[in-house]
Amino acid sequence: MAASGSAAVIAPWEDAAEVPLIRIENVTKRFGEFTAIDNVSLNIYRQEFFALLGPSGCGKTTLMRMLGGFETPSEGLITIDGQDMGDVAPNKRAVNMMFQSYALFPHLSVWENIAFGLRRDGQPADKVSARVEEMLKLVQLEQFARRKPHQISGGQRQRVALARSLAKAPKLLLLDEPLGALDKKLRQETQFELMDIQEKTGTTFVIVTHDQEEAMTVASRVAVMDHGQLIQVATPEVIYEQPKSVYVADFIGDVNLIKGSVRSVGDGAEVSWAEGRAPLLGQSASGLAAGTGATFAIRPEKIAISDTEPQDRRNKVQGKILDIGYLGNLSTYHVELPEGPVIKCEVGNRNRLERRDFTWEDEVWLSWSDTAGLILPD
Amino acid sequence: MNLARRILVGVPYLWLLVLFLVPFGIVLKISLSDIALAIPPYTPTLDLSEGWAAVGEYFAALDLENYVFLTTDDLYWKAYLSSLKIATLSTVLTLLVGFPIAYGMARAPAEWRPALLMMVILPFWTSFLIRVYAWMGILSTEGILNQFLLWIGVINEPLIILNTNIAVYIGIVYTYLPFMILPIYSTLEKMDESLLEAAEDLGCSRTQAFWFVTAPLSRPGVIAGCFLVFIPALGEFVIPSLLGGSRTLMIGKVLWEEFFNNRDWPVASAVAVILLLILIIPIVLFQRNQENQREAGR
Repeated sequence: MAASGSAAVIAPWEDAAEVPLIRIENVTKRFGEFTAIDNVSLNIYRQEFFALLGPSGCGKTTLMRMLGGFETPSEGLITIDGQDMGDVAPNKRAVNMMFQSYALFPHLSVWENIAFGLRRDGQPADKVSARVEEMLKLVQLEQFARRKPHQISGGQRQRVALARSLAKAPKLLLLDEPLGALDKKLRQETQFELMDIQEKTGTTFVIVTHDQEEAMTVASRVAVMDHGQLIQVATPEVIYEQPKSVYVADFIGDVNLIKGSVRSVGDGAEVSWAEGRAPLLGQSASGLAAGTGATFAIRPEKIAISDTEPQDRRNKVQGKILDIGYLGNLSTYHVELPEGPVIKCEVGNRNRLERRDFTWEDEVWLSWSDTAGLILPD
Repeated sequence: MNLARRILVGVPYLWLLVLFLVPFGIVLKISLSDIALAIPPYTPTLDLSEGWAAVGEYFAALDLENYVFLTTDDLYWKAYLSSLKIATLSTVLTLLVGFPIAYGMARAPAEWRPALLMMVILPFWTSFLIRVYAWMGILSTEGILNQFLLWIGVINEPLIILNTNIAVYIGIVYTYLPFMILPIYSTLEKMDESLLEAAEDLGCSRTQAFWFVTAPLSRPGVIAGCFLVFIPALGEFVIPSLLGGSRTLMIGKVLWEEFFNNRDWPVASAVAVILLLILIIPIVLFQRNQENQREAGR
């Protein structure tokens, strides 16, 4: 969606003149002794689809609940559209939330659920009904309007929850693990629907998820969180290709991590990793100095596998195939190096399985380009 | 259906037959008999040794005389009405006292709830009669309540509470409070708290969220609790006879007096049969409420 280089792509975070919709400034939230959010600062811009990503307990839900007004920061400032949100109750914010459990009112029909917020605003009946119909159409649930929540499927309930939270046309929509209760296939379909609806309505979305694939798919920017701190905030491409730390590299997708020490920095930086072996070349992260400990990170799909030593590559290691994981579209080879580490290598199955070149116990060479790997601080 | 299942289904039906239907049949029969100075104190009684002719005679002697009598003496319909009034009002009072307690319990930290629940059930460990006698000690003119109020100077003369309808209301509300609290608590406890957050998120104040979400969702519990209080309160006789005065008119008390003071079993039985017919309406409504709740809970 973003950062592909063309001018039409929205990247307001790169534009210094752009005023963010949400400003989170040095926000800390403590529950008793426990610090859930630790001095977080973050700007989120209009029409962004922003993902808060992290393992459970990392503080992402707390951060979202503070945007919704269900928690107040212990320290720091949150402004939405220039307005300080410190003492503003949830019912006075132009922010709506889609709850993880959907929180549909079981005693009300689908129609009444969607109308709930509009009615509380005291809108006239014909306006309410027009808006509800519009929302039902948006989520394609026109024929289920009279049903109660327990009479529809999980996927339909998810859409009712979405329609209900969008009905009041909020400036900001918060989505708490919106797809967590759906099975994988439905989840993937719904991810694209969500993006579609976000584009159609032009609403700013902030989504909380622990599913990195989901965050990568839907979001314009992703914030990776751990222990109440933002580890990295960037577009999905940058998060995946240029992770700033081992934590991010490891959390997003699959990665091989080889421990070593820095020999030189800059373009074509080198990491020595084993006695008597050629150093590995890669891009080094900023702030690394020669002689310090570092981790060489290489994604499995960037590694080529061959039975003879590749002559045109400087990054190459030899090992023995320990395991083969067959995933249909891909095969994952686990190759054990004589020095101990097991390197994962992913190869697309262009040919049929019976024509596979390698098998268990084969001696193979793994190689990758000089720029494929990243050298990250420990 | 195999034998084991027949037995399994049959046992509760047998139970109902022996302990409800047969006694009810006997009461119904007595209500159609005439009073007599005999043991048992009514006629006719069935003597099978006289043969079939006696059976015919026996049935011929039954009539609706006692039911007609109930309509001629205004004591009875006044007692029914008064009972309905007392039962209704005390149900409302029990709801007003019980709902906040149930709400507080459901909102209490999860680790406290078992203890709070225990405290609601705890009074059942003492005999009901003893607890009612204790209320006599509290409410009487020289009782604990009056002494306390006189001591702190709120009143100059003792209040007359015992032997009035107020004492009956206090007694009923106190006795049946757990039956109100428990069903309401169970519906409130099941309620997902994110529903209230969702209501607030969509523009409700806390009060509005209560009326638009909590109140309708607790309705099945409120209805169940109301019936569980109303049904026994309607036929209540211990509380009005111990705490109520001579002017407290309740059908349970009338029934008791007909049986034991007047020894008029046929009229007493007729009173009981009518009471049962009146109670069928709320019982059926209660059953329907329970069924709806089960359906919605799926």
